Amino acid sequence: MTEGRRVLLTGVAGQFGALVARALEQRDDVLEIVGIDVREPPHDLRRTEFVRADLRNPLVGRVLEAAAIDTVLHLSVTSQPSAAGGRTSMKEHNVIGTMQLMAACQASPVLRRVVLKSTGAVYGSAHTDPALFREDSTPRIPPRQGFGKDASEAEGYVRTLSRRRRDLDLTILRLANLVGPRVDSAFQSFFALPVLPTVVGFDPRLQFCHEEDAVGALVQAATGDRHGTVNVAGAGTLYLSQAIRLAGRVPVPVPLPFVSGLSAALRRSGRADVSPDQLRMLQFGRVMDTTRLREEFGFEPGYTPRTAFDDFLERRRLRGMIDRDEAVRLERELYDFLQRKGQERFLESQRAGQEGRV
Amino acid sequence: MTDPAESEAQVFSLDEQRAARDARFQEDVDGGGRERCGAMTAAGQPCRNYAVDGGRCRVHAPSDPETEVARSRKAARREPGLSGSAPRARSGARPHPAISDTRGGRIAGDGRGAAAGAARRGAPRSGRDVGGASPEGATVQGGPAQGGPAQGGPAQTGPAEAEAGASSARAGDGDGGGTGSGPPGAGPRTGSFAWAEAQLLQRGFGSAIDGLELLRDAADDRFLEALRGLVSFLRRRVTGAYEIDDFGFDEDLTTHVLMPLLRPLHRHYWRVTSHGIEHVPSEGGGLLVANHAGTLPADALITRLDVFDLTGRHARELGADLVFRTPFVGELARKTGATLASGDDADRLLSSGELVAVWPEGFKGLGKPWKDRYKLQRFGRGGFVATASRTQVPIIPTAIVGSEEIYPMLFDLRIVARLLGLPYFPVVPQMFALPVLGPFALLPLPSKWVIEYGEPIDPSSLGRDVAEDPMALFALTDQVRERIQQMLYRNLMGRRSVFL
Repeated sequence: MTEGRRVLLTGVAGQFGALVARALEQRDDVLEIVGIDVREPPHDLRRTEFVRADLRNPLVGRVLEAAAIDTVLHLSVTSQPSAAGGRTSMKEHNVIGTMQLMAACQASPVLRRVVLKSTGAVYGSAHTDPALFREDSTPRIPPRQGFGKDASEAEGYVRTLSRRRRDLDLTILRLANLVGPRVDSAFQSFFALPVLPTVVGFDPRLQFCHEEDAVGALVQAATGDRHGTVNVAGAGTLYLSQAIRLAGRVPVPVPLPFVSGLSAALRRSGRADVSPDQLRMLQFGRVMDTTRLREEFGFEPGYTPRTAFDDFLERRRLRGMIDRDEAVRLERELYDFLQRKGQERFLESQRAGQEGRV
Repeated sequence: MTDPAESEAQVFSLDEQRAARDARFQEDVDGGGRERCGAMTAAGQPCRNYAVDGGRCRVHAPSDPETEVARSRKAARREPGLSGSAPRARSGARPHPAISDTRGGRIAGDGRGAAAGAARRGAPRSGRDVGGASPEGATVQGGPAQGGPAQGGPAQTGPAEAEAGASSARAGDGDGGGTGSGPPGAGPRTGSFAWAEAQLLQRGFGSAIDGLELLRDAADDRFLEALRGLVSFLRRRVTGAYEIDDFGFDEDLTTHVLMPLLRPLHRHYWRVTSHGIEHVPSEGGGLLVANHAGTLPADALITRLDVFDLTGRHARELGADLVFRTPFVGELARKTGATLASGDDADRLLSSGELVAVWPEGFKGLGKPWKDRYKLQRFGRGGFVATASRTQVPIIPTAIVGSEEIYPMLFDLRIVARLLGLPYFPVVPQMFALPVLGPFALLPLPSKWVIEYGEPIDPSSLGRDVAEDPMALFALTDQVRERIQQMLYRNLMGRRSVFL
């Protein structure tokens, strides 16, 4: 601890894992980084050692011991069934993988810190939701399936670990929907659709977390001394309709009875990976309270949901049918057109003055 | 050349074209489809300019300094008649010095106009140009009203000029502030507007532009301001450039669209009068507690509007979860700043100093039968008192008279309600008029409304521990309820009739 952390990183082959690994590599107080994933990371990592292993493999325990790991960063709770090879294997990986990893952590004597990358999906999404979810608020309708369920089960295992090992510092970061130029997320594929399906009569409030903020919060959780459960997102919110307008796209409202059929069709065609629990997001949305992140955890997000989304649009070069600058320009021109009336009067009075002098 | 109508056709810039159109309009001369220039431009496209003489436009006409001078003189003579339209001209887009400025007229008179004309013809530019004429613009007319040659002409200019115009338009976009207030001709974007205008003209929308200009000339400044506001609002909505708060309150939409829509109902349909508005705090938190009635929660909307019109504050409603489950209703409720009636949300709103309105009777009050009108139902579970005492904000008891009569509920079809998952399914007298009046029958009845805001109940008298003491909580809840009941009776006694 005195000379630096030795960090184990799960899910290092993913885009997000690679970003975190790179950010950790630049820290002087991180001595060693060991990345674990089932596939080779396609990214260029300098200091990170890579161990190819499944989390359900006892090899993980030996790695913990051999590298004298004192901080575990568990990032591999994935949200996309298609990336994990189907919903069943995704659940297997998310839940059983976390369970096994926590078991290995419990057995490691030198471990001091466990950080879990969780998600706001653990709050579910329902009409009974409060306007903002605090870390200690329990949803009246918890998520019953999908990623949210996986994540809450994973959180359960992590909490069990902290109950058994009181000496461990435990941090659960609940991330809002990630947007950013590099990380792929469900929303990224959603906004890549030619027209954006919405649910008739519903306009959910969305909250975004920029990938840089997410990485920053994770690195701080791994290297800092604060712990606890923290929501990670920019302060504020956007309506889905507003996001669609910001992107200059065209919404297609779909009546509620047809929504699940449409999403199944999209999933099968591979256009968008929208799972049923995310469909509820399209109805009710979710916003988290980020007071604790800023005041107790001491992390100031660099982006609000609005600026994060703008950055996402810009860096992904998502261009809509309506150009915002164009609209502003047209408005200004109309202003000028109207302004010229005033100018005419001005000129007329001036001319009258000149003629009077002549 | 001698015919006045023809001389008006000797135009080669948009401004002159417009001036000509204006003049024609004044003289009531019909300007039909005019002949276009028959020449080809350097770019190989047919020239789009109006033909002047010999089937050619000014640019492509055979060189003839004599006519040039004569034309300039003529234009100079016409000057006074055109004074109304001349100042509108954007500097660069005003190619012909003579027509727009007396100074230019003098120049034309002493023969330099011809030289200028020759220079223009000699300038390498694509034939589509109708005379952006930046050289003259810069040298002859470089007065304070000029933005310089970079302002370019209409987009029908040579490539270089078009580029300059585009870049100036971009620069204008970047400046971020209002530009319109500058001196005449200061708006560097006018070039691109002229382009849009030219496009419209080409497509036969000239009369539309005339109409717009007429409207502009006829309108007073207040109308123009309103128009600007509208355009700006539309732009904000279309591009998503508005802010909402954490609860989803879209103030822009609420104050600019929904409130104005509701106002006629408030002023003219239900003719709401209210008293005791001084009891509503003008700043800081406050909890409005009111009776609920009328089958549909119109009283919530009207009270909200009344408070907004009188104090300028938005009273944030707390709604049942059914509201947020219902399509459109839930969306609209969130956008108008309502949120779920839960302790969490209420605490958050009140502690951030918002005014909160709550209807603790809920559906029991809304869906009560006609015979129980103005009898307050149970006030929920007293959560609002707990919230007020936790956040130490005053409770303002509010009585709304008139809302009971908008939809008198005769029966409650419970089976239908259960099937639809609703708390009640009302049968109102208006339904019997459905076969006669059609959908108009379902309009609410135009009862006369009175809203009274009562004396606030001081939070410090509640004490913070009320929230933890159920007995005290219920006692206080009953006290508030009793107050509102008395206010209701008092106002009921005071009214002459239901509808007047």
